[in-house]
Amino acid sequence: MRDDERVTTDAPAPSSVWRARAFRLAKALTTPLLPEDYVDLFDPLRSPTHLRGRVRELVAETDDARTVVIQPGRGWAGHVPGQYLRIGVDIDGVRMWRAYSITSGPRDDGMVAITVKAITGGAVSTHLVESLHVGQLVQMEQADGEFVLPKVLPEKILLLTGGSGITPVMGILRHAIDQLDDVVLLHSAPRPEDVIFADELRELDDQGRIRLVERHTDTHGMLDTDELERLVPDWRERETWACGPAGMLEMIEKHWAATGTPHLLHTERFRPVTVEPGKGGTVYFTGLERELECDGARPILDQGEEAGILMPSGCRMGICYGCVLPMREGTVRDLRNGEITTAQPGDGVLIQTCINAAAGRCDLDL
Amino acid sequence: MTALQKKDVNPVAHLTPQDIESLGKELDAVRQSVLDTRGARDAKYIRTMIDVQRKTELASRALLLFSRWKPAFVVGTVGLTVSKILENMEIGHNVMHGQWDWMRDPKIHSTTYEWDNASPASLWKHSHNELHHTFTNVLGRDNDLGYGIMRVDEDQPWVPFYLGQPAWNFINACFFEYGIAAYDLELGKYFKGRKDKARFKADGKKVLNKIGQQMTKDYVMHPALAALTGSWKQTLFANYLANLGRNLWTHSVIMCGHFPEGVETFTKTSIAGESRGDWYLRQMLGSANIKGSKAMHIATGNLSYQIEHHLFPDLPSNRYQEIAPQIEDICRRYGLPYVTGSLPHQVGSAWLKVIRLSLPNHLAKKLKFSRGRKPVQPTALPSRTAPQTAAA
Ligand SMILES: Cc1cc2nc3c(=O)[nH]c(=O)nc-3n(C[C@H](O)[C@H](O)[C@H](O)COP(=O)(O)OP(=O)(O)OC[C@H]3O[C@@H](n4cnc5c(N)ncnc54)[C@H](O)[C@@H]3O)c2cc1C
Ligand code: FES
Repeated sequence: MRDDERVTTDAPAPSSVWRARAFRLAKALTTPLLPEDYVDLFDPLRSPTHLRGRVRELVAETDDARTVVIQPGRGWAGHVPGQYLRIGVDIDGVRMWRAYSITSGPRDDGMVAITVKAITGGAVSTHLVESLHVGQLVQMEQADGEFVLPKVLPEKILLLTGGSGITPVMGILRHAIDQLDDVVLLHSAPRPEDVIFADELRELDDQGRIRLVERHTDTHGMLDTDELERLVPDWRERETWACGPAGMLEMIEKHWAATGTPHLLHTERFRPVTVEPGKGGTVYFTGLERELECDGARPILDQGEEAGILMPSGCRMGICYGCVLPMREGTVRDLRNGEITTAQPGDGVLIQTCINAAAGRCDLDL
Repeated sequence: MTALQKKDVNPVAHLTPQDIESLGKELDAVRQSVLDTRGARDAKYIRTMIDVQRKTELASRALLLFSRWKPAFVVGTVGLTVSKILENMEIGHNVMHGQWDWMRDPKIHSTTYEWDNASPASLWKHSHNELHHTFTNVLGRDNDLGYGIMRVDEDQPWVPFYLGQPAWNFINACFFEYGIAAYDLELGKYFKGRKDKARFKADGKKVLNKIGQQMTKDYVMHPALAALTGSWKQTLFANYLANLGRNLWTHSVIMCGHFPEGVETFTKTSIAGESRGDWYLRQMLGSANIKGSKAMHIATGNLSYQIEHHLFPDLPSNRYQEIAPQIEDICRRYGLPYVTGSLPHQVGSAWLKVIRLSLPNHLAKKLKFSRGRKPVQPTALPSRTAPQTAAA
């Protein structure tokens, strides 16, 4: 994370010996709880350890996408445009976490926005688009992610997006548009009415601040390399940021690699591409002294959480390493490529539980 | 079930293995029906409970700052007692059981919660969740049964020490939280040389640490704050009364759970090779409920639905009262006792049993204490109502 580039930053409170002493005294009054547990009763946004936010505004973008404007709690450290934040909501009483790219531009009121597209059958996205209400409290984590502009801005930029993949790019454009001279945005969506932020993008294009190339896959079909050549002939000269469906990103990565310019390509994935499931196994959580039968099709993280175990997590797609646990012994299988990882007794191999499934018995330290 | 068969009235003699199996299935179905409907309503229940408890505590402690004035002292003490009871019973006990783990809220989770009690959560969870709930009412395995200092069954040989057990029981009630800490520490086992020394030392440190923090809070920090208004003595006394009140209350509730007349105890050998149905049976026969108002149920942490709690220790406590009629109906159909009674009745019954068992069996018989258990006639036993299908 590049703290120097965060766009909204609350100055950290000066910590002093006196502060620490006062905290110890307060804690002696509230033990076994913490002082903040009582403060939470009245102002949950003040918590220094549990970042929370309050939903302040909901804006419909398309039929199935909406923007959620959130007032972050006191501990919010700001973000770099292009980064995502993790948000936790209670759905049917169960806390669920997902990552969403920050789409808001510069704001004086310190609020941030995410834009969510509802996925059919998607637990969290459907909830955020259909059931969230203004004033509701949500859990948050600090912004994270590497899908950001470099310090020295490139002269020519290509933004390649599909569907909800426009979100981090919108966050970047809203902040940096004035510093960027030559931007091409090649965006695909099924139909014109499915284009999120359509009005704003078309206006930027009208004003000549970006060149917007809008494609509608229902009529134009999926983007392929020939079409890319035709629509953006100078793409090789452009540093590129791409975010969209797995198939599109795969095509792009192959093409950039084949032409020898992968260093000019940055991609952001919303979910891992998975292979055929394998056989599952018993996961034993050593610290909890608890056994759990896990199938081989889904990540250990999902199945552990379903069983009510508090597991560390982050992006839930294998990029942030927020979910790693040491595996003392056993075998797991990477759901993205089928790769098997085996630990001999005492090895303590670190494994990401969000993209690994059990493949036989394994002991995890939790 | 050899221990049961030795009783004057064997409460399960009429059950065939088929019956026990189908009992297990029926109870599994009750459990599943709760799991299937667990959701936002339940989450709201526990969050509201926590909110009410903490605000009550804050308000009471604020009042106690002015406890030089009698009304503030009285209301503050009552409020603090209530909040301490709620915290230990409906919140702490149930959260540490994992009843709310499904919410995945790290503040309301069995692995993170620490309660307002002398016994550290980690030790309590081991001795309560693993030992007491697994070996419910098994003589020699379940510490809750007489806490190792009392005679709880006619089958236990009498020694003169037991003459004093009504007194031991009362003293234990007054210092109950320390009693809990002591047997979570397995003091008795240690003195008999059956507990690992290093482990005992480590655990002992945890307990002393916890007691230190608890005492500092109640008897140093809050009185010190109240010294500003000249109320330190009253505040100290109020904290003592609140802790005493909670000790007496929790002790009574827990005695009612497994001690009233009519509740069975078991021997170590009787539980070997138990099936799911057998296990359910032991939980039902070894527990007793309390009848009463909604406030009473909440104040007991819904342990007034002890039978339901022991059948399904990890279901959210607010659901026990909802499934209670189904459990009672199952008991009726299978001809099993569903022991319940009002709070005074159950407390009295438990105390009578303590007193009766303090005497050797022949003396107790002379005093003609009644033994509660009457045989219950099954109303619809699977093996009798549908023998063909049951056999098929
Ligand atoms: C770094 C990062 C940034 C993200 N930014 C955004 C954003 O700005 N806006 C946004 O809407 N989403 C974004 N996502 C995706 C988001 O985190 C969720 O994965 C998504 O909302 C689906 O969650 P769900 O709970 O609704 O679906 P789940 O209940 O988890 O899944 C339901 C079904 O949908 C499938 N599915 C999951 N995700 C997708 C998908 N993206 N496309 C198609 N099918 C899918 C699953 O395989 C499953 O079968 C981002 C993800 C990451 C990792
Ligand atoms: S949660 Fe990010 S790598 Fe697993």
